[in-house]
Amino acid sequence: MQKSLHLDPAKCTGCLQCEMACSYEKLGEFNPSRSVIKVFTFHEEGRFAPYTCTQCDEAWCLRACPVDAITMDLTSGAKIVIDDKCVGCKVCTISCPFGTVNYVQETGKVAKCDLCGGDPECAKACPTDAITWIDANATGYDRMKAFAEKSLPSANTSA
Amino acid sequence: MSWTRKILRVNLTEGTCTPEPLNMEWAKQYLGQRGLATKYLVEETDPNVDALSPENLFIMATGPLTGTMASTGGRYSVITKSPLTGAIACSNSGGFIGNEFKNAGLDMIIFEGKSPSPVYLYIENDKAELKPADDLWGKSAWEADEMIHAKHQDPNIKIAVVGRPAEEGCLYSAVINDLHRAAGRSGVGTVMASKNLKAVAVRGTLGVGGVDQPQEFFEAVNAGKKVLADNAVTGEGLPAYGTQVLMNVINGVGGLPARNMRDVGFEGAENISAEAMNEPRASDGKPNLTTNGACFGCTIACGRISTVDKTHFSVKDKPQYHGASGGLEYEAAWSLGADTGVDDLDALTYVNFICNEDGLDPISFGCTVAAAMELYEEGQISNDETGGIDLRFGSAEALVACVEAVVSGTDFGKTLGMGSKLLCEKYGKPELSMTVKGQEFPAYDPRGIQGIGLAYATSNRGACHLRGYTIASEILGIPVKTEQADSDGKPELVKAFQDATAVVDSAGLCVFTTFAWGMEDIAPQIDAACEGDWSIDKCLEAGERIWNMERQYNNAAGFTADDDTLPKRLLKEAIKSGPTEGQVSKLGEMLPVYYEVRGWTPQGVPTAETLSRLGLS
Repeated sequence: MQKSLHLDPAKCTGCLQCEMACSYEKLGEFNPSRSVIKVFTFHEEGRFAPYTCTQCDEAWCLRACPVDAITMDLTSGAKIVIDDKCVGCKVCTISCPFGTVNYVQETGKVAKCDLCGGDPECAKACPTDAITWIDANATGYDRMKAFAEKSLPSANTSA
Repeated sequence: MSWTRKILRVNLTEGTCTPEPLNMEWAKQYLGQRGLATKYLVEETDPNVDALSPENLFIMATGPLTGTMASTGGRYSVITKSPLTGAIACSNSGGFIGNEFKNAGLDMIIFEGKSPSPVYLYIENDKAELKPADDLWGKSAWEADEMIHAKHQDPNIKIAVVGRPAEEGCLYSAVINDLHRAAGRSGVGTVMASKNLKAVAVRGTLGVGGVDQPQEFFEAVNAGKKVLADNAVTGEGLPAYGTQVLMNVINGVGGLPARNMRDVGFEGAENISAEAMNEPRASDGKPNLTTNGACFGCTIACGRISTVDKTHFSVKDKPQYHGASGGLEYEAAWSLGADTGVDDLDALTYVNFICNEDGLDPISFGCTVAAAMELYEEGQISNDETGGIDLRFGSAEALVACVEAVVSGTDFGKTLGMGSKLLCEKYGKPELSMTVKGQEFPAYDPRGIQGIGLAYATSNRGACHLRGYTIASEILGIPVKTEQADSDGKPELVKAFQDATAVVDSAGLCVFTTFAWGMEDIAPQIDAACEGDWSIDKCLEAGERIWNMERQYNNAAGFTADDDTLPKRLLKEAIKSGPTEGQVSKLGEMLPVYYEVRGWTPQGVPTAETLSRLGLS
């Protein structure tokens, strides 16, 4: 079964545990500035939203890379940057419609979510289930369920 | 190690920024943040300096767990001598800036001297420089925050900043970070402004590494998170209701003071409670509470994000306050509300916004307004002096006018900026000031709840609930229930809470974890992160060492056992009604026992034996 990261902004509190987990997995240090999952705060709306790569099947970044430095992990479906091949040309950062692949000054290469080899640390670190790792075919089911609940006849009107 | 082992020393007089190594001998004795920065303050300044003189130090400090995945590990503190109390000050804040300091490679920043003109400190990793702030001077904290972000074109900079009242000498000015988090108490913002330092802006991308024993660390951290999630207070109560979960509880047990602590029990408590914040309002069908929010790394997320009703008189013509921002916490809801007799939730939320926007401690501000209301009702303050504000208990209009007077610096605003103690002295009624060592009370009545009275009287920073939160035990039964009316056993309880809290405040963690965590949960996290032995016993010994060091500072600054007291009202005037009717504080019974439990003389001075046991001199 293929799985996907499921992001639910309504549950996010903006604590950044995901960003710390992500950076620790990749760098062995807590460095939110280097995390490839990002939590955005919309102060005046009182909203928080985690966002990261959705791992497109037909991935713009993969198609755009002139040196084949982005490949697909066949087990997790993740599009992975091969650091040894990446030349830091940034074409993928232009091609990605979502902005989830970015250049890193410190390394001279790009970085994006690779789903941690199929066991994403951000989902494990999230205290509120705003980030979960679930069946890729079912990422809409919780919202579907919420609407389904609204369609239930109320108890006192049943025959 | 989870210390970065680096300090930045900023000489504001000379305009220099110089890195230096952290004193690791001290770190192993005093841990970090509150304890370690106080050690620097004690070693480098005379306790008798004028708090607002260039000779006072102003220190921003993180703990070893700040910037790590330990839950709530994002705290930082401001340590200095307080201009409000003349005692040691340590004000702790969450938000995101603590982590940013750590990611810029800094455990601590020590500010010395006074800049000849307004400046702000800009730090980007290893680069630190003082920049002119003439254009920021005279701006609110929110305006200055926006201007600094715009100057550097970097939305990721984290900023700590003072507002206009601090510049004008208001004695309970806070240092605001991340717009609505505050190093709030004891006037630490006033000290910052006295040095012509408007703001500290920091961007850190270096990473926090070097956890001493990573496997043990993650085991301890994950176990700790599970304890927080499974606990009814930290897992359910605080995320849903915030600290405001306490409003109806404390009122119900006869522990909620009202109207400058003249009364206990507030008839309007329900209207300003967490439950009220969740009620949809008539005008737009939305509740006051928009959502809860977390500080850096916090898996509790007690923070309130609120809006004011757009049709409310306080914001009707002010669209800049129609968005969501930091909402009411329990202490602010009490001081701005019950203590002034105001039960208008929107007015309190607006005033809370202004306290954040312009850097005021809402506890001290609310209590000072409450004292002014009593002076006004007694005829000591005239209508002329208030600038026409009809300063009666219960008036939301008066409360709103007062906060606007303080931030715009009117004559009466400056009078309110003196704090309750100097205000009441000015009008010849010092007995009406509800303060200890010059600092205003938080939201628990020492007559109705005995242990907290002793905690207030002996707190090293003046009246404060966060130095020894015995409410946990006396009301909530954490870790064990003690009777709120009893004085027996309270000296031991107060000492235990004070020492443990000193550890939490020095580690980089939030004290709210202790609703669920004991030292058996905390010590393993510190021990795995930091080199050295941080067993439960060693942690508690460090806590006791820190407490005694602070006490020695205060004693050297001229405080004596006579200052470990409460206002006469709380010692003599019995509660008039409700479940705690007839009670007064039994401080006189508890204090001598406390001194003995502490290993202090009957005059409140640590004995030579106590000092030697703790490695103090």
